[in-house]
Amino acid sequence: MINKFLGFEPDKSKLPSATAKIGADLDLSSHKYQKIWLGPNHPGVTGNMAIELTVEGNTVVNAKTHVGYLHRGFEKLIERRLYVQGFPTSIRMCVAEPDTNEYLIATCTEQLSGYDKAVPEMAKWLRMLSLEMARLQGLLRGVPGQGGTFALGLGVQWGVYLRDLILDRFEELTGARVYHMYIIPGGVRGLLPDGFKERMEDNLMDIDDFIIRIRKLMFHNSVFKTRAKGLARITPEMVDKYGIVGTNARGCGVKRDVRKDEPYLHYDKLDFDPPTDSDGDIYARTWVRWQELIQTVDLIRQIMAKMPAKGDIKAQMPNVLHWQIPKGETYVRLESGRGEYGMYYVTDGTDKPRRVNLRGPSYTHAIALLEDLLVGADVADVHAIMVSLQTCPPEIER
Amino acid sequence: MPFTAWSKIVKDPVTIKDPLNREAAPRYRGFHDNDVDECIGCGTCEAICENEAIDLVPVDGIETKDGDSGLRPKIDYGRCCWCALCVDICTTNSLRLTNEYTWVDTDPDNFRFVPGVDEKDWYEKEDGWRKPVPNYHFYGQERVEMEELPAEARGDSFIEFVKGYSKDQAQQEADRCVECGICIGTCPAHMGIPEYIKTIRNDDMEEGLKILYDTNPLPEICGRICTHKCEDVCSVGINGDPLSIRWLKRYIADQVPSEQYHEILDTQKIFKGDTKIAILGSGPAGLSTAYYLSLLGHNVTIFEKLEKAGGMMRYGIPEYRLPYDQIDKDVDYILSLGVEIKYNTDVDAKMFKKLESDFDAVFISTGLHAGRSTRIPGSDHKHVFQSIDLLRQITAGEEIMVPEKVVIIGGGNVAMDITRSMARLQKIKYGKVQTLATSLESEEEMPADREEVVEAREEGAIIDPGWGPKEIEIVDGKIKGLHVVKVLSVFDEDHRFNPKFDEDNKKFFDADMVVESIGQAPDLSYISDELKEKLELGPRGRYLLNEYNQTSVEWLFAGGDIVVGPDVIHGIADGHKAAVGIDNFLHNKKK
Repeated sequence: MINKFLGFEPDKSKLPSATAKIGADLDLSSHKYQKIWLGPNHPGVTGNMAIELTVEGNTVVNAKTHVGYLHRGFEKLIERRLYVQGFPTSIRMCVAEPDTNEYLIATCTEQLSGYDKAVPEMAKWLRMLSLEMARLQGLLRGVPGQGGTFALGLGVQWGVYLRDLILDRFEELTGARVYHMYIIPGGVRGLLPDGFKERMEDNLMDIDDFIIRIRKLMFHNSVFKTRAKGLARITPEMVDKYGIVGTNARGCGVKRDVRKDEPYLHYDKLDFDPPTDSDGDIYARTWVRWQELIQTVDLIRQIMAKMPAKGDIKAQMPNVLHWQIPKGETYVRLESGRGEYGMYYVTDGTDKPRRVNLRGPSYTHAIALLEDLLVGADVADVHAIMVSLQTCPPEIER
Repeated sequence: MPFTAWSKIVKDPVTIKDPLNREAAPRYRGFHDNDVDECIGCGTCEAICENEAIDLVPVDGIETKDGDSGLRPKIDYGRCCWCALCVDICTTNSLRLTNEYTWVDTDPDNFRFVPGVDEKDWYEKEDGWRKPVPNYHFYGQERVEMEELPAEARGDSFIEFVKGYSKDQAQQEADRCVECGICIGTCPAHMGIPEYIKTIRNDDMEEGLKILYDTNPLPEICGRICTHKCEDVCSVGINGDPLSIRWLKRYIADQVPSEQYHEILDTQKIFKGDTKIAILGSGPAGLSTAYYLSLLGHNVTIFEKLEKAGGMMRYGIPEYRLPYDQIDKDVDYILSLGVEIKYNTDVDAKMFKKLESDFDAVFISTGLHAGRSTRIPGSDHKHVFQSIDLLRQITAGEEIMVPEKVVIIGGGNVAMDITRSMARLQKIKYGKVQTLATSLESEEEMPADREEVVEAREEGAIIDPGWGPKEIEIVDGKIKGLHVVKVLSVFDEDHRFNPKFDEDNKKFFDADMVVESIGQAPDLSYISDELKEKLELGPRGRYLLNEYNQTSVEWLFAGGDIVVGPDVIHGIADGHKAAVGIDNFLHNKKK
């Protein structure tokens, strides 16, 4: 029977099976195996998520990801609010890069109401700027953070300081440091302040310096190399099977980037090529992210150089208090720092969305993929593997 | 590279030594401040707050008045997420977020406060989040223009020149409403304005008509000539054009054919009791009282002096503003509810005494049909007319004098009505317009609606305000013109009418005919002296009325222009009150 939602019948034999790996007969009463719960509250776990590990000595033989500690029903909350009220809620669905949620909500409503063509040019460039700044601040924490999982904490301190400088720029541009609430249906909420580009350039120069130092600190570090090389290897065959996206896919040579594959905003006007590597291990993924750090700094410079000097920031839209969007559905995606990040949005002609569903990369990365990659790993490497997949529990359970 | 980790050891620390005193960015979304004098308590901040963190609360020292709900937003920082949507939608731009970002307090109740009223440290901070640059709006700022016949096409005819909204235009205009309801409080009849505007957005005209008739039985008329106090206070109008509430009302009424009224308004069958009420005058107050009384089951008889119903709406307002068929639509529906009307019946003192015995209650709304004279030399000439008489004659189809040059004295809406009517008649007769209107008040002070002045000028009339009439020059029994002197001021310091003139600055307006339009007076000669003695007087020499428009003689109620106004909507509001008052009175009498 043809699945009425998908329009075709999926071949279930090709989907990863959760039961296959748990089938290993682990007799806990033999005292050969031991259960360790990592999380839900553990300083090494990103967000509130638990990994149930079955270990044999120092080696993980089985792993199971548990989520549900963080569920706040954000999708449902958005479904009970007006279209314009959605974005302050949506940003909580991913703290690491909140701007991506704002962009998705705004674009979904614009597409379904037919206002996507009305978004002013200036607003598009500013949206791109804020999205790339969000990627940059994420990478400033993420790249050295990978070193942190191998007890190399210094890079994190450097990175967090520089990230704070980017948050300063966010504060100037958007009025807030973390939850920016900047991209709104129809446009954005503010022009560049005077002198913004100069201050940004100062920060980018600091980051240029940081990029060189972190290369020496991490990638030339023998401990980092020894531990990260060959660990948690993702092969190109796994990419489609698990639905791996972003830097995790690019780390094994599968060049996937929504900005290139399906350009949105003005990404087709920027000159860039997503970096890749071939090894697919933690070292390769971190290396790809380090290259992406360079690229993001370059993209921000390109955006600031190419954006218009002035212009409208918001389209003329219907009154937000009784804005009704005709019946329709859409899926909008973008390339977040963690990979393809999308939102499925259904409207039914009323003033509130019928269904909002966020598709974050962490759902597959932190559950299906992580559970498999952990098998055979050292207990000491569990955090490193988890962090290398850039798991973000808030986006798994919205 | 073993020394990389040491590379910053000689650098200064990057941490800020005193983070609490770090100045936030100029655009930072910190804590709320509200300019309570600017704020009108419209509550759009409350409506858009996604966390329901805002409540509108009464505040000491702020009174409820026209255009101000008397309430101010109270913010609950246990719920607020500092998204600043409240600031972005604020109709008055009074609400803002300062860039203060630290606040330490030991009392949790303090975190629910009324910005701008409760004392906080950060109000002096100038920076913070305000509504972004121009062209950033959450609702339409510009009114959908009402299409009108151009001056060339309307100048020589009495055809209605305002075309009315199309469906798209009406819905676009209705979309701008923020549903604050400030207008409801100001409308004398307290019409459910946001509710009926909503029915336009939902394209549900039947529901719209029901809402209109809840509070106003003359929607076609009010949809055209209402003085729209609601639009003066519309919160959308503070930083943009106010909503065209009047035209939207007209749109609803225009959409429903009169044949469907009984079905939609569920008035096919009304139970009538044995009570009888007499109403004097079929103007807005009389008709409105008759409408609500018949819905309450009373038998109503209206006594109308003239040939047709409508009072000043028919005999005062020219046809180009309010076509007669639209008056008929509203009036006929009210009469179809079983209201009896006696035309051409001039009630005198003797007949009025009879009404007292024949009816259970009497409502008088005979309006202001006597013109006031300037009493300047020459004003007793036979070619000096009262505007109200001329307008009545035009409606009745009587022949009136239309000379080549006319001067009108007066700056109100009635003066504009006669100016524009005379201009039309001149255009028809001579092909050119030589009508001039002059008033004591200056251009800015003129009581007439601005659009009336503008349109009169478009139609070729000259409006020359700021002159005081001194004498009508008469040579050989014929009017030559009007002598005027410059007005320095119309009102004194106490805002009392006390015009001052510059006697040296003179002017002369050529005219063959002068029309006086400086106000009207009531004619209450039907009230006998005996009854007059029983009636207590209130302020300004008017009869004292209670909250139900009841006089001190309990069977006598009064309303309309003789009590308040003059305009239609106040008359309708009197109808509400009097109908309830009469119903209560009769109910208590039965007991």
